Amino acid sequence: MHAVEMKGIVKRFADLVASDHVDFNLEQGEIHALLGENGAGKTTLMRILYGLYHADEGQVFINGKPAVISSPRDAIRQGIGMVTQHFTLVPTLTVAENMVLGETGSVMINLPDVEEKVAAASERFGIPVKPQALIRHLSVGERQRVEILKALYHDARVLILDEPTAVLVPQEVDVLFKALLRLQQEGLSVIFISHHLNEVMDICGRITVLRDGHSVGTVQKADTNQKQLAKMMVGRESFGVKRQDQRQASVSSCLLSVQNVCAVDKKGLPALKDVSLEVHAGEILGLAGVSGNGQAELSAVLCGTQKTTRGKVQANGINLTNAEPASVCAAGVGRIPEDRHANMVGELSVAENLVLDQLGNFVKNGILEQDKIQKNAKTLIKEFQIKAAPGDRVRTLSGGNMQKVMLARTLSQNPAVVIASQPTRGLDVGATDYVRSKLLEQREAGAAVLLLSEDLEEILALSDRIAVIYAGKIMGVLPASEATPEKLGLMMAGSTD
Amino acid sequence: MDITLFLIGLVAATLRVATPLIFGTLGELFSERSGVLNLGIEGTMFLGAFVGFAVAATTGSLWIGLLGAIIAGMLSGLLMSLLSVRLGVNQHVAGLGITLLATGLSLYSFRLIFGESKIPPSIEPFPMLNILPESNPLAPITNQYLLTYIGIATIAVVWWVISKTRFGLQIRAVGENPEAADAAGLNVYAIRTRALAIGGALMAVGGAFLTLAQLGSFTFGIVAGRGWVCIALIIFANWQAVSVLWGALIFGGVQALQLRLQTLGFKLPYELFLSLPYVVTIIALTLAGRNASAPSALLKAYRRE
Repeated sequence: MHAVEMKGIVKRFADLVASDHVDFNLEQGEIHALLGENGAGKTTLMRILYGLYHADEGQVFINGKPAVISSPRDAIRQGIGMVTQHFTLVPTLTVAENMVLGETGSVMINLPDVEEKVAAASERFGIPVKPQALIRHLSVGERQRVEILKALYHDARVLILDEPTAVLVPQEVDVLFKALLRLQQEGLSVIFISHHLNEVMDICGRITVLRDGHSVGTVQKADTNQKQLAKMMVGRESFGVKRQDQRQASVSSCLLSVQNVCAVDKKGLPALKDVSLEVHAGEILGLAGVSGNGQAELSAVLCGTQKTTRGKVQANGINLTNAEPASVCAAGVGRIPEDRHANMVGELSVAENLVLDQLGNFVKNGILEQDKIQKNAKTLIKEFQIKAAPGDRVRTLSGGNMQKVMLARTLSQNPAVVIASQPTRGLDVGATDYVRSKLLEQREAGAAVLLLSEDLEEILALSDRIAVIYAGKIMGVLPASEATPEKLGLMMAGSTD
Repeated sequence: MDITLFLIGLVAATLRVATPLIFGTLGELFSERSGVLNLGIEGTMFLGAFVGFAVAATTGSLWIGLLGAIIAGMLSGLLMSLLSVRLGVNQHVAGLGITLLATGLSLYSFRLIFGESKIPPSIEPFPMLNILPESNPLAPITNQYLLTYIGIATIAVVWWVISKTRFGLQIRAVGENPEAADAAGLNVYAIRTRALAIGGALMAVGGAFLTLAQLGSFTFGIVAGRGWVCIALIIFANWQAVSVLWGALIFGGVQALQLRLQTLGFKLPYELFLSLPYVVTIIALTLAGRNASAPSALLKAYRRE
């Protein structure tokens, strides 16, 4: 008998089939991974099980009995708990108050009593939390513990974790895994949503892989390996986009030049100190560095959203020092900003977002040329493999698809210079590969690409030359052939030898 | 002695002016803590003033009049809930719509019931309490309407409900993070609906105070923007029940003061005095509003995806 069995689950969102006749089962006391890329339908399936979505077709069985779960309340009654990616805690309430939120009963809440019970549960399950603490004072890892304890406090026998490690630092991941293994021994069944192969192989017994809303299959950990899982997940065996050849970039013309640029951060402290960089046509210059060493400010300066205090920026032969974003755009600088949510309008459609920074080309006498906008959207959706319709609101897209919209908007204008900040952050393997290949395509086409990334692997895979930034200073620029992770690591830590 | 008399009169008037503001702001507090900005407050207060008056005039009982106002206020809150919570209409639009509707409906019904006479109809309003004998110099302060005392007591009750009871916890949860409340198994719609109904009732009592206690008659300009003042006071009070008292007293105090200043014979246009409470409100808001933190889910209709 299965703890949970889902049969032929179908869920449609407008034109998109997010879950297409998916079968899934969970055995008593196992940790079962639900593996798949962003947008594969993992979260959708689990939100159906937890009553946050309603399936259009299909059946759910709990402990062999058919169950109707139309709200989280039903799910909790059936012994199902879910820790969603965005935590469902009320930040202004305490841990204990959050625990009893869904309960009904007496008019008054005996808080000291609840706090005692929460503390007892915390002890019993080995999940340390402070019952009196306000949620907003807790770290992300602590909040996650509260979520897990909340589910257990409500007698969950099945725990759904939606990408629980995405928000954790490695040490916290270890703590989480240890807790999960302990709970498993006490008979808890866990559904572990992830797109990280190594984690899945680490902790799960069985693995169900989803792709494009379909179930690709369920395998035992012992019968599989990361390579096979990757193949099931993305539909091909090898992945990893890499720069093929070495360029003699210095002979080509310099398209982006940054000279002695200084800028301050939000607190008014110096964030960039005499930064000088040159990016040539047909090369990718990688800017490596630990987060918060001036990358955000440099990106903002180059995109025209922040003023410099000193120095000069020139792109494509045009002086862009302290230029407005519109002039930066007009000068042929394509921007792929760090925060894609802040650079698109979620409530507007894909088609509208695709023309947002070049409205001049799609307006006649002050009136939008809808036909042209729609045509442009259809072309780009096809070209950039965006899984969305032109009329879909950008807000509803997955991270990968949103980034593709961003790429399509920027790259379709054939920029001479591309500024890419953390272009693959938060994306799954398939989308990451796609974005990287697009950046390499730009390089082939002769653009100058500046890649700001905290992912050293990404920098090493793509860059012709690598600059390292530390405390707002450029520590040095190395050709890719001379750069090793060790060397870069030392420079990133501020060592000058 | 003159200054003492002046101050005693000022305090007494302050409490009177503050009473409808206290009720109105507490009503708005229920709505907003649950995540709904109810701009129907101005109309709901007007409706409360009218229904309270009309029912009292027809039945001859002030208390039945007050009950009528409470029921009318709850219906107004339920309508707000239907529009903004169930149907997800923009809260600004729904609230302003309700204010227009409630105002128009009250005026229309007033003409239907009472006709258009030269002398406005009136009732015998609630008397002032007689706590201290007239001879006691402090009598004007203590001898207020019962509703004023009820209003101040309501502040404590609202504080207790919001911070100590299960219902209050639920209101805070749906106002801060409805997704979390939903995931915890709470019915977001039902909780917001209840909060709006209670809020509407309180707003209507604020309006009814004007007709049933303070004036004993119903005029077209009776609420005169008090509802909007409550919207400002709730921000000033940072959505905390106890601070509502201070906000209402400051506004009431300045209002009472300007009335007295007008009579002192300064050679200034009286409009300047009239504007004083609003100027003070704006200044107080600018100072207090900077650190104000509204309920996170305010203005957002909750929809499961």
